[in-house]
Amino acid sequence: MNGEPRPPRSRRDDPHTLAAGVRRGDLRSIARLITFAERDEAAVAEAMPFLQPHTGRAHIVGITGAPGCGKSTLVDQVIAIARAATLRVGVVAVDPSSPFTRGAILADRLRMQRHSTDTGTFIRSLASRDELGGLSAATWDTVRILDAAGYDVILIETVGAGQLETDIVAGAHTVVVVAVPGLGDSIQAIKAGLMEIADIFVVNMADRPDAAQVVNDLRDMLRLNPDHPTWEIPILTTVATVGAGLPELWAAIERHGTHLRESGTLAGRSKNQARAELLKSLDRQWHRHVQERVAASGSLARLAEEVASKRLDTHSAATLLWEELGWKQR
Amino acid sequence: METKVTSATGKDGRDTDAAVEAMAQAHDEWRRAVLQASLQRFPHRKPGFNTLSGIPINDLYTPADLGHQDFARDIGFPGQYPYTRGVHATMYRGRLWTIRQVAGFGSAEDTNQRYKYLLAHGETGLSTDFDLPTLLGRDSDHPLARAEVGKIGVAIDTLRDAHILWDGIPLGEVSTSMTITSPAFVLTAMYEATAAAQGVSADRVTGTAQADILKEYTAQNEYIFPPEPSVRLVVDLMEYCARRLPRFNPVSVSGYHIREAGATAAQELAFTLADGYTYAKAAVDRGLDVDALPPRISFFFDVHIDFFEEIAKLRAARRIWARMMREKLGARDPRSWMLRMHCQTAGVSLTAQQVENNIVRTTVEALAAVLGGTQSLHTNSMDEAFQIPSEKAIKIAVRTQQILAHETGAADVVDPLAGSYYVESLTDRLEEEAMSLMNEIERRGGMVACIEAGFIQKQIANSAADFQRAVEAGEQIIVGMNAYAEEERGELSDDLFFQVDPATTERQVARLRQVRAERSGADVSRALSELKQAAKDGRNIMPSVRDAVTAYATIGEICDIMREVFGEYKALPVF
Amino acid sequence: MSDPIIRVVVAKPGMDGHDRGAKIIARAFRDAGMEVIYTGIFQTPEQIVSAVVQEDADVLGLSILSGAHVHYAQEISRLLREQGADDVLFVMGGTISKADRPRLNELGVAAVFGPGARTGDVVKFVRDWAAEHRAG
Repeated sequence: MNGEPRPPRSRRDDPHTLAAGVRRGDLRSIARLITFAERDEAAVAEAMPFLQPHTGRAHIVGITGAPGCGKSTLVDQVIAIARAATLRVGVVAVDPSSPFTRGAILADRLRMQRHSTDTGTFIRSLASRDELGGLSAATWDTVRILDAAGYDVILIETVGAGQLETDIVAGAHTVVVVAVPGLGDSIQAIKAGLMEIADIFVVNMADRPDAAQVVNDLRDMLRLNPDHPTWEIPILTTVATVGAGLPELWAAIERHGTHLRESGTLAGRSKNQARAELLKSLDRQWHRHVQERVAASGSLARLAEEVASKRLDTHSAATLLWEELGWKQR
Repeated sequence: METKVTSATGKDGRDTDAAVEAMAQAHDEWRRAVLQASLQRFPHRKPGFNTLSGIPINDLYTPADLGHQDFARDIGFPGQYPYTRGVHATMYRGRLWTIRQVAGFGSAEDTNQRYKYLLAHGETGLSTDFDLPTLLGRDSDHPLARAEVGKIGVAIDTLRDAHILWDGIPLGEVSTSMTITSPAFVLTAMYEATAAAQGVSADRVTGTAQADILKEYTAQNEYIFPPEPSVRLVVDLMEYCARRLPRFNPVSVSGYHIREAGATAAQELAFTLADGYTYAKAAVDRGLDVDALPPRISFFFDVHIDFFEEIAKLRAARRIWARMMREKLGARDPRSWMLRMHCQTAGVSLTAQQVENNIVRTTVEALAAVLGGTQSLHTNSMDEAFQIPSEKAIKIAVRTQQILAHETGAADVVDPLAGSYYVESLTDRLEEEAMSLMNEIERRGGMVACIEAGFIQKQIANSAADFQRAVEAGEQIIVGMNAYAEEERGELSDDLFFQVDPATTERQVARLRQVRAERSGADVSRALSELKQAAKDGRNIMPSVRDAVTAYATIGEICDIMREVFGEYKALPVF
Repeated sequence: MSDPIIRVVVAKPGMDGHDRGAKIIARAFRDAGMEVIYTGIFQTPEQIVSAVVQEDADVLGLSILSGAHVHYAQEISRLLREQGADDVLFVMGGTISKADRPRLNELGVAAVFGPGARTGDVVKFVRDWAAEHRAG
């Protein structure tokens, strides 16, 4: 009967069993291991060594852009094209968590539900939780799990809040940046940071009258920011709702993947990404460590009181806190 | 709105301003001298008083609240612009409103039986609900349809079902309303064909197709095609009926579903009238005479439980529409300015707990509809919140209207609440709020643009969430639910039992298969391909639909053709 | 470490498009700190169950106003079992008569929230279940 207590899932959910399930392409194992990655559970650290050697096959494509630009509809269409080419597709769709309640409504899946029962497609929605860069902390583990499970293409749809969403470069091979006409500030929205990370630009809703203007603006800005000596960033137009321009987008994605491999850029990129991810992980571990020390000591409360009553300035207090928690000053 | 004031007695503005000022001062004096003392002994029983939709209610209403009004401009006479007091000079003294209870479940015979039961008990007009497959243009044997055939309405697949549904009902005398939207064009063709088979000439066919597709995108979600081609289909229907079925209402612009989805009274007004305007404008843009169509645009409003707010809402609706048709669209025929409406008491106000209480709610709501001047009325049955009404319950609902009509005197006087300081204030206030919203919609590019941007849906979702919060916080009391609740007895009494015959699906599918076997496949193919061509060419599809229907094409086949031409709409939910 | 976040799939099977209740409960779950995968209207049982599996949902909430609740309970329970996901908490809301509830319980629906149910009660039910049943 549903919801009844079951014996501890230790056998079904033990890391080795899950890893083996992932390698076999078992949907439950994939889904469960992703959950453990989200919860930052020890099981993931135990399972990953078995999976890491089997990653590196998939082409990882990030799709980012302001809210309302039609990312999910685009992703839905890209899935269809990739599937028609008999490629297996994994999708990671990230939506924002409420900073107040920590809850979220994850509605990207809605736009792709027609692929839901297709055995060659796996769609997972993730909430951003504490992350602010457009992704979830579990994104790259999720990508590796899907890679190891044999998906050929992994699409990552970012939160789409706007300018700060540059985390996607930390693990994607190809970054597609989507703009739309008539969103008022669409060019403003894509200037800071997003210009630098794009491998492919897409102007969606290209049936709108001011689409051509957006294309021109993008071209002008690219001219001012030449950053890719060997890859010429294409500016494509699509009408995702009817599938117009999608074959061209897919061709550009494939071309970029080939370019990365053949030009040797991929190796360099992978190293950079690994560095960035390790640093981030270090940050996270360090942050946890500091929180634990602070919680175990009364120094924070006492020093905060000193600062609030003006007996001590913030900088001096911070130095004292550092020392009291057990670290030396440089 | 003009602020210059002229009183009914013709005195100049200054005198009236002075009178208003004097009254306002008297009101303040009363507050100081009388109200304060009273509040010391009996404080207000709530921190604030608001209508159901959140409009604040003052401590008292006086002539000062109406000081800005011009009797002729704002209140006027019934049967005369701006129709605040009613669309007919005699209202119910001439003709009572139509008692029009919705019926629909199972297969055509089941609903035909329910029609006859209702007519025998004094109903004066018919109204039909259809099942989900029919509403969404699918045949009863479609894979998605399996569990839904005949459950929430009657199953109609072909003209044969239509013949059975209206068997023994003279379609030139008993007007039938059809609660059908996306495939309204199919059902209207079936209705006309059935009337023809009865020997009723097209110019005598009387009835209504709801057809209002715009509210589907914001409230009920029973759409098939995208907004633009869907509006075109509505205009095709309006054009066809203007020419061929002059006594048939091709559209019933609906606020009911919008209100049930959680909108406030002002939102219901604004979104409904904006929808109606969109259809009228689309017809005019196509080149149809502005005075040929609006007379046949009818409306359908909710009547919720806040008695005075609903009466004010219906009066405001007539006034706003009259002004829009005359001033914005330039209609010259007075019949174009008249807003005719059907009302239904609010389903969303009913409780599953202590169901007999629903009779009381429905009665109050029905009285509001009558005092608000409706032309036609459906009163909910006490069990309608969770099942197709049982015979006993629907009979009480019919009797409710009859008692109001014949015993209470409410039907013997025209617009009795005119001049009430409160009701007129509320009417003004609702008109103001609705106009403000409608101007916002226009500023954002019109109704279709607002639907595609999710603006309307967001407004409704927010109002729905606000109401839910108020109920759960105990600020909005619902008797039997969050107050005066009882230990649940669990079961409905035996005499309220109702069940759709479980064999309905098999029977319906068998009939469908038989029709398919007996008809001429060649005739159907030809009709369908002509329909497809008409749809692609941008011609009015109705003549082709009529041919397809009389060749016994199924509703699924016809709608699939339209799906091929127009595509299917996928909406994005707005929270 | 605080309790893991509860993930809920909210879906409407079949052809009924009245989603006021589904949206309200989705909002309530979100406001209670849960992650809601809203798959929307016009869902087949297969689509709903594949979402439950891929999203590794803790809870499946169906909103049904069309009277077809027994049919969908049957279909979905069967699919959940076949795909090894029948440890999910399966709840239903909508116009579901008291008479049908025992049958629904037999079919694997843990709780039915009829018309007038308070969102607070639904949230509490889910939280209590999670505290007791989830492998923490």
